[in-house]
Amino acid sequence: MLRMPRFEVSCPESLPEALALLAESELDTRVMAGGTDLLVALKNRLEVPQRVVSLARVGGLDHVTEQEGSLAIGARVTLAQLGASDLVRRLAPALGEAARSVASPQVRQVATIGGNALLSTRCRYYNQSHFWRKALGFCLKKDGTLCHVVEGGKKCVAAASGDTAPALLTLGARVTLESQHGVRALPLLDLYRNDGIANTVLRPDELLTELVVPAQRPGHRGAYEKLRVREAIDYPLLGVAVRLDVDPDSAVVTDVDVVLTALQAKPRRVARIDSLIVGVPIHGEAFEAAAAQLGLRARDQCHPVANVPGDPEYRRKLVPVLVRRALLRAAGAA
Amino acid sequence: MTSRPAPDPVFAFELNGETVTVSAPAHHTLLELLRYRQGLTGTKQGCDKGDCGACTVLLDGSPVLSCLTLAVTVAGRAVTTIEGLGAEHRRAEGRPHPVQEAFDRSGALQCGFCQPGMLLSSAALLRKNPSPTADEVRAALSGNLCRCTGYAQIIEAVLRAAAVERGEDPPAPAWSIEPRDEEP
Ligand SMILES: Cc1cc2nc3c(=O)[nH]c(=O)nc-3n(C[C@H](O)[C@H](O)[C@H](O)COP(=O)(O)OP(=O)(O)OC[C@H]3O[C@@H](n4cnc5c(N)ncnc54)[C@H](O)[C@@H]3O)c2cc1C
Ligand code: SF4
Ligand code: FES
Ligand code: FES
Repeated sequence: MLRMPRFEVSCPESLPEALALLAESELDTRVMAGGTDLLVALKNRLEVPQRVVSLARVGGLDHVTEQEGSLAIGARVTLAQLGASDLVRRLAPALGEAARSVASPQVRQVATIGGNALLSTRCRYYNQSHFWRKALGFCLKKDGTLCHVVEGGKKCVAAASGDTAPALLTLGARVTLESQHGVRALPLLDLYRNDGIANTVLRPDELLTELVVPAQRPGHRGAYEKLRVREAIDYPLLGVAVRLDVDPDSAVVTDVDVVLTALQAKPRRVARIDSLIVGVPIHGEAFEAAAAQLGLRARDQCHPVANVPGDPEYRRKLVPVLVRRALLRAAGAA
Repeated sequence: MTSRPAPDPVFAFELNGETVTVSAPAHHTLLELLRYRQGLTGTKQGCDKGDCGACTVLLDGSPVLSCLTLAVTVAGRAVTTIEGLGAEHRRAEGRPHPVQEAFDRSGALQCGFCQPGMLLSSAALLRKNPSPTADEVRAALSGNLCRCTGYAQIIEAVLRAAAVERGEDPPAPAWSIEPRDEEP
């Protein structure tokens, strides 16, 4: 049985009330949305706060609305809601697929998009009980001075493990962060840092309140592919999101974006791929060849390490496979 | 400065159809509340970290993991445990819940540890979708692990319960080698 350390819980009823609680600095405080990640971290003594502020009763954070093709998503919208949303299916298909691939039905029922976007990085030597970590020796990310993944490493290389982030990045999503000091809106990519210990720029007094997916071009297609041991419950060992923009008349690719996750602390955009696939018609052998080439280019930019389970060389070999699959599925060819 | 811990929160919620008022430490899960304060041990404590689904309960009718739910956050909401699932149906119709009957008929258990969670996930599925396909049953139960049965009889049981509720003949079992009795 995994008991949690003692803490207080506050359940503010409004956003200003929640922000006021976060602005007080006397108690070491953590925010809880669905709690599906935070509670495990508390049980494993990865977090030992004095107070937990629950967003469960804060109003105004659970909308999914469309305005001229752009989607606004409240931070507390659950992954079950997103996965079932027709708006998401139509306007941002990769996001719906990613949401449906997270964990299990019971977890998605309460897990939120905000918590998913802010998920901490994961590592096979970190996401363990206190007993386990103590027995092996603590690591840089919590309580220790060395890294078990990279010998002699001075920087934590735990892996970005949220499934929705890569999909949101291909869609050009922006996030809104609010505190008592004001509101800042930034591209989702700028929320993340390539640092396994502090993987986002969110301040302790800030809440993520909304995500915005801008209107996509006509002919937008997207898909998310995920490598994992079982088809349910498991975190990604590799995640691949793709966006394909296709000219509705000529069926030729006009733009492409591929973002990978579960490799390093920050999801990674594959570089220099336009020339491989832009201008290629999505139906036919040329597209299949281009998708295979693009997969190899992605692989050449990836160097998986033994941060999450799964042999790194195997994960590297699966990069071109998943990239190709995602592209073919987005194109409607598989 | 040492501060005294805050007193345990007191709150009310609906438990298996009855309103109860409880006090529980803020850092306790719904699972701890159910098993160790309310004495309802039908909800199982498996992994205690979200992996297995043994602790599944219905919160306002939807399956959630009680090991990853803070007890205080169910204030004002409705929780159904396995103790309540059967009782609700016995009261209403004088018999166990259809999925309970079907799990029995199909032999969908061995040690039984996963069964409360399986039954609650199944009951919630059938309430939303009275005619699920086998794949829809698999998807709905994908957060409930069973170490014993191999799942075949569990899927069959849920399809059987759905068919019986629709007033149709249950599908032929995939695994039986003996001719089976007629439905009672
Ligand atoms: C068995 C299991 C399997 C899982 N599998 C997956 C998986 O396959 N893929 C995956 O991506 N995730 C997985 N998860 C992790 C988790 O369930 C999801 O990432 C979920 O979306 C987290 O959302 P939450 O609302 O529960 O977050 P919480 O646990 O409430 O919060 C997560 C973090 O975000 C912070 N936070 C949350 N909301 C806000 C906000 N609005 N403003 C500021 N800070 C905030 C919290 O302080 C905390 O640090 C799994 C979890 C479990 C238990
Ligand atoms: S990458 Fe190294 S420092 Fe980071 S969590 Fe894993 S073992 Fe710890
Ligand atoms: S005990 Fe809750 S999921 Fe295993
Ligand atoms: S019957 Fe033993 S775990 Fe399912």
